[in-house]
Amino acid sequence: MDKLSRRKFVIIGLFILAGLIFIIRLFDLQVLSPVYKQSATNNVLRKVIQYPSRGLIYDRNGELLVYDQAAYDLLVTPREVRKFDTLLLCNLLEITKKDLLDRLKDARDYSPYKPSIIVKQITPERYAVLQEQLHKFHGFYTQTRTLRDYPKKMASHVLGYIGEVSNEMIEKDPYYQMGDYAGISGIEYTYEKDLRGEKGVEYFLVDVHSRIKGSYREGRNDVAAKTGKNLICTIDSELQEYIELLMQNKRGAVVALEPSTGEVLAMVSSPGYDPNLLVGRPRGQNFQLLQSDSLQPLFNRAITAIYPPGSTFKMAQALIALQEGVITPETEFHCDYGYHIGNYTMACHHNQDFNLNGAISHSCNAYFSYVFKGILEKPEFGSVKNGYDIWREYITSFGFGRKLGTDFYNEQSGSVPTSEYYEDNVFKGTRWRVPTINSLAIGQGELEITPIQMANYAAVLANRGFYYIPHIIKNVGDRELDERFREKNYAIINEEHFEKVINGMEKVFEEGGTAYWTRINGITMCGKTGTAQNPHGKNHSVFVVFAPRENPKIAISAYVEFGGEGSSYAAPISSLIVEKYLTDTISYRRKWIEERMLDVVLLDPGTPD
Amino acid sequence: MARRNNIWANLDWVTISLYLVLVLLGWINIYAAVYNEQFESIFDISQRYGKQLIWIIAAIIIAFTTIILEAKFYVFFAYPIYIIFVFLLLIVLIIGTEIHGAKSWFVIAGFNIQPSEFTKFATALALARIISSHNFKIQKLKSMLSIAAIIGIPAVLIFLQNDTGSALVYVAFILVLYREGLSGVFLFFAILAVVLFILSLIISTFTIFIILAVLSLIIFYFLNQRIKDFGFVLIFLIVITSSFWALKILFLPQLNFSVAIMIGTAFSTILLLFWIIRKRLKKYLILIFIFLGALTFSLSVDYVFENILEPYQQNRINGLLGIVSDPLGADYNVNQSKIAIGSGGFSGKGFLNGTQTKFNFVPEQSTDFIFCTVGEEWGFIGTTVVVILFLLLLARLLIVAERQRSVFSRVYGYSVASILFLHFIINIGMTIGLMPVIGIPLPFFSYGGSSLWSFTILLSIFLRLDASRLELLY
Ligand SMILES: [Zn+2]
Repeated sequence: MDKLSRRKFVIIGLFILAGLIFIIRLFDLQVLSPVYKQSATNNVLRKVIQYPSRGLIYDRNGELLVYDQAAYDLLVTPREVRKFDTLLLCNLLEITKKDLLDRLKDARDYSPYKPSIIVKQITPERYAVLQEQLHKFHGFYTQTRTLRDYPKKMASHVLGYIGEVSNEMIEKDPYYQMGDYAGISGIEYTYEKDLRGEKGVEYFLVDVHSRIKGSYREGRNDVAAKTGKNLICTIDSELQEYIELLMQNKRGAVVALEPSTGEVLAMVSSPGYDPNLLVGRPRGQNFQLLQSDSLQPLFNRAITAIYPPGSTFKMAQALIALQEGVITPETEFHCDYGYHIGNYTMACHHNQDFNLNGAISHSCNAYFSYVFKGILEKPEFGSVKNGYDIWREYITSFGFGRKLGTDFYNEQSGSVPTSEYYEDNVFKGTRWRVPTINSLAIGQGELEITPIQMANYAAVLANRGFYYIPHIIKNVGDRELDERFREKNYAIINEEHFEKVINGMEKVFEEGGTAYWTRINGITMCGKTGTAQNPHGKNHSVFVVFAPRENPKIAISAYVEFGGEGSSYAAPISSLIVEKYLTDTISYRRKWIEERMLDVVLLDPGTPD
Repeated sequence: MARRNNIWANLDWVTISLYLVLVLLGWINIYAAVYNEQFESIFDISQRYGKQLIWIIAAIIIAFTTIILEAKFYVFFAYPIYIIFVFLLLIVLIIGTEIHGAKSWFVIAGFNIQPSEFTKFATALALARIISSHNFKIQKLKSMLSIAAIIGIPAVLIFLQNDTGSALVYVAFILVLYREGLSGVFLFFAILAVVLFILSLIISTFTIFIILAVLSLIIFYFLNQRIKDFGFVLIFLIVITSSFWALKILFLPQLNFSVAIMIGTAFSTILLLFWIIRKRLKKYLILIFIFLGALTFSLSVDYVFENILEPYQQNRINGLLGIVSDPLGADYNVNQSKIAIGSGGFSGKGFLNGTQTKFNFVPEQSTDFIFCTVGEEWGFIGTTVVVILFLLLLARLLIVAERQRSVFSRVYGYSVASILFLHFIINIGMTIGLMPVIGIPLPFFSYGGSSLWSFTILLSIFLRLDASRLELLY
């Protein structure tokens, strides 16, 4: 025999050795091992996803705004289902037999092996009854989920809501699985990654009756779920509640900022809805109702609605003119029931000369038409078009016509048209004439401003020239606030010009001023009324204000749709907010204003003025 | 020639019978694995079992075609066939379709074809051809290098397709080379390293240590044969080791038990070194070095893996090994598989009765994890029968290979046996938790056309060569 051919014994020995090892191992697994002996009575290993509880949301004073409540899903693994009492299960779940069979068929079509959810969000009470009987239903088991609950029925737009993830979300982020919940709007959406925590997994051994016999390998393979981070938002829930009350039966939006930080103290879009409506099993039905409501309660006007600013825009005009040296506080213009140039007229109510203070406190349209003409036709700018570009650059530095970069879902940029827009649509190659675009002088025309941009504008005035980007979150767990919310953004106006304009804003609350009747004794407010033209009904009442004049604590923008003049609704409501925030109460002498604002109903658009 | 006309009588019908039995058992178990009341007929071609029947019929036609070709054809076209398939591997790397993360598939008219399955027989042919050439000598560097190239090129290309399991199969050719004269040291160290590496990842270092220590003692006994020396070594080891253990209990209660034992043994082994040198038993030094070396190797694999590598690197190594990563818990698939097999007990739950515990979370139940179905439904009896059937086939292949007169046929036959053997140990080892989860099919059993056809071609070429064993091939 060839010497090498003896090596066949080594090789065949290896084969036999491997086979023997296998047979010994199989004997151990299948015949000896007690762990798998147990399994011989059909024990199954079950993987149960542990859903973390979502982070809580508190207001700036530590009041709880959003917490979690337990709910349960019933799942089925179709291949494990045995004959069962359908009637009993239907009664336990409060569904019809046909419904149950349809759902079982869907689950089966999805996968006979993988668990599918049969009934979602069973309440703890119903779950207690179901759990006792569950052993009768082979192949069915439950899984704990958490639902949102709102102890205070408010700030629904700010907080947002959660809903089942869509297919696109699952594709984008593999963390999600069919049936998971995620933030769809508001803080829930923006801070989803912080709030959601991390899913865990637990392995159980279950017996023939689907009863859990214990954890698998003493839980060595389990991964604990990580609770989501708690958020502290900047909302002052008492103030928020009060504003929501004032805005009841009205359409519109109010945003209140803390000028020294950019924190949003309150944000109200009216009409709103009770956030609890979008929780649990009635959610789908309620969502349909809210969505088809003509008053659009789901729409967050404070962030997404666009209105013309009206006369509140006049301070910005004055500041640009002061900065460019077009006027001084002493410069006077004559109002002859308006502003007349060629055959163009901008109507007004006065017949007198105004300096800057008077023009702001009386809201004179003629004065600001002269100012606007002065800026755009400033000789150094060369042309009206060039003057417009420079004017627009000033305006956008106040935060208008662009996204501020807030942490709100679906923030809108609004619009301050570019010179190209007017070139293409208005002048079309002809010479630029200021009167053609004079409506911009008093904040009408093509301007589109959101309420939060307006509140930010009030903060710029309060801070004498800068703002922090408005934001809703103070604190995410242990993470620091985003860098962009901690740096100052400047309007390109020198600080010294602000006092000149603020003098006028203070006069708004003095005798002869447009908001005289809303003054508060002991608090120096600085504000400005406005009227936003509305082609579809009565004009919108607009007001911006900050207070107190020195070291301002609050800056507000208020829009009351169909409210007419700024002085009639937006101003009194704003003054009540200021008083409430600064003194915590409404003084006896102003109670009648509060009552009037609470009682008034302004839901009918009426006819255009 | 009368003989040539009578190929059918010269075919090895023992091998053919074993092949047919395995294929049939595979088909029945695929039926059980994906059994669905809605499609009860085993011939329903909308289901995997129906499709598998089509693959089986096609496989038999392929085998028939392979056998009616001249035996000389395979000898003369060994290199061209090899080159064509290596070329296909290159093509698939560029324009192939990715399935389950491996870019190793051609999708043609709705069929998924994996060229790497077919390079196995092509490589076996090329290897047979080169080893049987006249100027081949395994000790020559040039010969070694050409063998390394023939085996290495397809292995590397398959590895690049991200199909590590299939690439690993090429390790099997070491057995062939060993039979053809490669030094046994290569085989020994290859097996030792692979076994230790895999063991380090799936069982504790301490268990490996115990195994190594016992093995070394046994080897020492057989080499020395003197009860006195053996007894001395044994008692010396036990005394020193247990005194270390006692020291640990007294002074270092926080120290791990197994660590104390290992330190004790390592220390006493070093002391033994001096004794061996003094007693001039130098030839046993090598044994001690192998023992210490193997222990260090497996400790360092373990240590590097657990402590030095970042989790993502661990995942990458698991990926290299083809260990399926399970983001929701370690070895979940294997545990499912072990429970399924274990739950079969001695005699199994019976045909189709295992369905409800069938590792619902193991996605490859009809392909890579088909052995679970055998274990669950046919119990220990069934699994043992399958293991024995494979051993019989492997043994038969070696017997047939050894009766060849031509080196070409013998090398090819050994290649067939070695490839089947590697698939056998990796696949079954994986399902019973003795191997990491490496996704390669169980020959003839697993669902899938490509793998069934490639094993069929592999085997039937050998049958054809064997049928002509009395002719002079080369
Ligand atoms: Zn006027």
